[in-house]
Amino acid sequence: MTITDVPEHTVEIITNSGEGAQKCAQIFGQTCAKMGNGVWTVEIIPAEIEPPHHTVTSTSGNIIRFGSHKITNWGDQSKLAIAFNDQVCLSRHRLGSFDDDCIILLESAWEKSEDESIRKMYEEAMEEMSSRNYRFIMVPIEEETLKLVDNPQHGKNMFALGMLAEIYQRDLSIIEKQIAHIFKKKPAKVTEINIELVKHGMAWARDNLDFQFNIETIPAQEERVVMNGNQAAALGAVAAGMELCAMYPITPATSVSHELAAIIENYGGIVHQAEDEIAACGVALGASYGGKVALTVTSGPGMALKTEFLALAIMTEIPLVVLDVQRGGPSTGLPTKVEQSDLLSSIYGQPGDAPRVVIAPRSIEECFHSMITARRIADTFRCVVIVLTDANLATGVQQFTKPEFDVRWQQEPTDFSPIPEGLRPYDWDPETGLSRRFVPGTPGGAHTVTGLAHDEFSNVSYDPESNERGCKMRSRKLAVFQSTLEPPEVYGDPEGELLVVGWGSTQGAIEEAVDRARAQGLKVSSCQLTFLSPLEPGLKKIFSRFAKVMTVEINYSDTLGDPYITEETRRYGQLAWLLRAQTLVDIDCWTSCPGQPLRPNDIYKNIVAQYPKGASK
Amino acid sequence: MSSIPISLLDLEDDSPVNLTPDEYQKREGKWCSGCGDFGALNAVKRLLAKEQLRPEKMAFVSGIGCSSRFPHYVNSYGFHGIHGRALPVATGLKLARPELEVFVVMGDGDCTSIGAGHWIHATRYNTDMTVLLLDNNIYGLTKNQTSPTTPQGHTSNTSPRGSLLPALDPLQATLGVSNASFVAQTADWVPAHLYATLQAAYDHPGFSFVRILQRCPKFTPDVFTENVKNPDLTELLVHENGINAPGLDKLFKAQRVHDPKDLDEARSLAQRRDMLRLGIFFRDDSFPVYDEVRAVPPVSPEEKIKRLEKEFDRYAV
Repeated sequence: MTITDVPEHTVEIITNSGEGAQKCAQIFGQTCAKMGNGVWTVEIIPAEIEPPHHTVTSTSGNIIRFGSHKITNWGDQSKLAIAFNDQVCLSRHRLGSFDDDCIILLESAWEKSEDESIRKMYEEAMEEMSSRNYRFIMVPIEEETLKLVDNPQHGKNMFALGMLAEIYQRDLSIIEKQIAHIFKKKPAKVTEINIELVKHGMAWARDNLDFQFNIETIPAQEERVVMNGNQAAALGAVAAGMELCAMYPITPATSVSHELAAIIENYGGIVHQAEDEIAACGVALGASYGGKVALTVTSGPGMALKTEFLALAIMTEIPLVVLDVQRGGPSTGLPTKVEQSDLLSSIYGQPGDAPRVVIAPRSIEECFHSMITARRIADTFRCVVIVLTDANLATGVQQFTKPEFDVRWQQEPTDFSPIPEGLRPYDWDPETGLSRRFVPGTPGGAHTVTGLAHDEFSNVSYDPESNERGCKMRSRKLAVFQSTLEPPEVYGDPEGELLVVGWGSTQGAIEEAVDRARAQGLKVSSCQLTFLSPLEPGLKKIFSRFAKVMTVEINYSDTLGDPYITEETRRYGQLAWLLRAQTLVDIDCWTSCPGQPLRPNDIYKNIVAQYPKGASK
Repeated sequence: MSSIPISLLDLEDDSPVNLTPDEYQKREGKWCSGCGDFGALNAVKRLLAKEQLRPEKMAFVSGIGCSSRFPHYVNSYGFHGIHGRALPVATGLKLARPELEVFVVMGDGDCTSIGAGHWIHATRYNTDMTVLLLDNNIYGLTKNQTSPTTPQGHTSNTSPRGSLLPALDPLQATLGVSNASFVAQTADWVPAHLYATLQAAYDHPGFSFVRILQRCPKFTPDVFTENVKNPDLTELLVHENGINAPGLDKLFKAQRVHDPKDLDEARSLAQRRDMLRLGIFFRDDSFPVYDEVRAVPPVSPEEKIKRLEKEFDRYAV
């Protein structure tokens, strides 16, 4: 038995959909977190519920990265994998998910299958994967599971969990508690048999494997919680005092509404599942018009449908919060996968000039706080606030310090005090564009809001002055909001050769890559933006201290040197467009849209490749 | 969902409103002379005066079109939104503020074409609101295009050789929706009936759908000419639980006793084309009302934060 000390490991559990990989990974991740490891887990989900088994497209599973330090992203290739069949394993191999010396614990049944076609598939898969140095270990997962249960489909996952528990010396008592918790609504014998399966997996690993890994655990001093970004955003909406969430089911945003639907009625609110995306936005807007800022939750295709209502909210200056959990696009694109492609459409995707606030949380913890921030901005500035998360944050699970709860997160009661004589529904302060909102129920405030151009009385008004004035006042609010922001922090030295600029969910991976580059002596820093519209102040000054500025984003950009792609034709990454326009700095970009979160190592390689030639180390 | 702060309830103003019908009109309607929308506005003004509703306690929500200018002319809160989408806005408002009286005004293009999806679902939600479909069988504001309710054969700028398909019947469509709880038809040329129908709709707890037949003086001046000229071509649906307006007995000889609770008969009458029928086709006050079934007790901000902190224990590591 060799026990290897490692600072961290990335583990994959890969199965057919419906074989319980998520449950196994959830318990394992929770156990690691409870023991004091930093943890980040990512789901591997097919777009279908349960596609045909034993195929490369049926892969469902989970990646768990855990270490002795804080983990901020899914990291690089996996070091260990448990695969329930050769085909799902092959699909991960093809995606380059395994490290070269990855240990793969593979179900042994297929190799000896009586079905010749299965044996043939198996042989071809193993042949294809032999190009790498993986260490395959055959495990009779199904055979061993059958010793305890009749249907291995409901049990292999717990046997796998047992193997992981043994390999990484996890605390069995924590696992037992997790299992009891997960199955608390089922008969007690379900918990018992699952624990037996885990123990059986541990025993098998003890008797048959010659290695273990030791990852130091440092129990946290403060209270911590662990959740995914959609759960965090849902709890954030409640913390912000929002009492109506109108939505229409869409991947990967829907689970926000699941979380909300389960709890919001204890907080005086409801989730309304509307007949379509448009109605969801309309119901939220109608509720907001009633006083308390409401929420609608969606993803790219839903954003496209909500456009007209968002413009109406902006025109009438009714506050509204929109959570867009981005997925791959355009069109229906990649429903379950990661992309950061809704930035420009969120800011500009609107006929007419329709200024709105766009913010992008950078971590799961920020998914919680950004909802509170968004509600407050919407309320203060009578505006639409779009919160851009993505599938990486939505399904990634990470622990963070339990927030310090503050009643000021909640919305102030609606002001129903009678409207003073002479005050108008759009009595714009000429300096700030702000005005008091007349909410129905307020005596003396009866007026009709309209999506048509209007004057201070909210009277329809097509004259040139009124329209210019309305546009100016709605835009002014954004500038005023920007004046309340601080310049972003630079990660690393405030000056150097290369500054990497990212936004939203890529923070963890970018900073890890920057650390790696700096360890190699490269003068690289990074800056992760969270306010995209308006942009955080001071960017030009920050950029001026670096020889080169480059964005890193999960979206499409042309590569110079490709056919027809020149300085004139090149289309940039979305943040790069924005920053170039706003700062007139010649900002470069490195983007990629593989449907997966960026890996620190890929970013690192591109930092090296893009590092200004001849620059000092 | 009740989001009324307790303090507001305490401040509820019981003083008399003392507004006349004309005082419920905020400004002169900018519709064409002879437009049926004036008739609807007059009936609404009478209703509001009869009920003495406080202007700040009601909201008129509309979409886009001639009829959707309606809120601008009523002395109340108003929401003049986007084409076809009045119903989602009204639904959200009523969910957030169930104590408000919510009225929705839509045209035939607004409701039965671009907003048709919302119409079906709002009918099923059965949120408590009074819904007026001002149906003049044509797109007026965009200048004479065929709408779903345009009679077959009628020419317009988009159907210069006449509309090819039978008109969509909003009554049949609404009566086909589960949980539809109030469906009535009235006409701009019978003001007493129009007023009485709006009163019944207002009194009904739930989604009260009233189709108001009217003429566009510019583009469909002749659509109901025969009925206007000859009252014998119109049959009144009468019942002790239906519309009972003074003077109508004399005008309309054709009358049919129809129990508004009888859904089968309502559907059957709605699809018959032998006569024009005015009255309450269907009404049932016992159906689930969305804003009632979704009502949850209010929770104070302090209590919410306390509960939320406890909620986080589920995620503790």
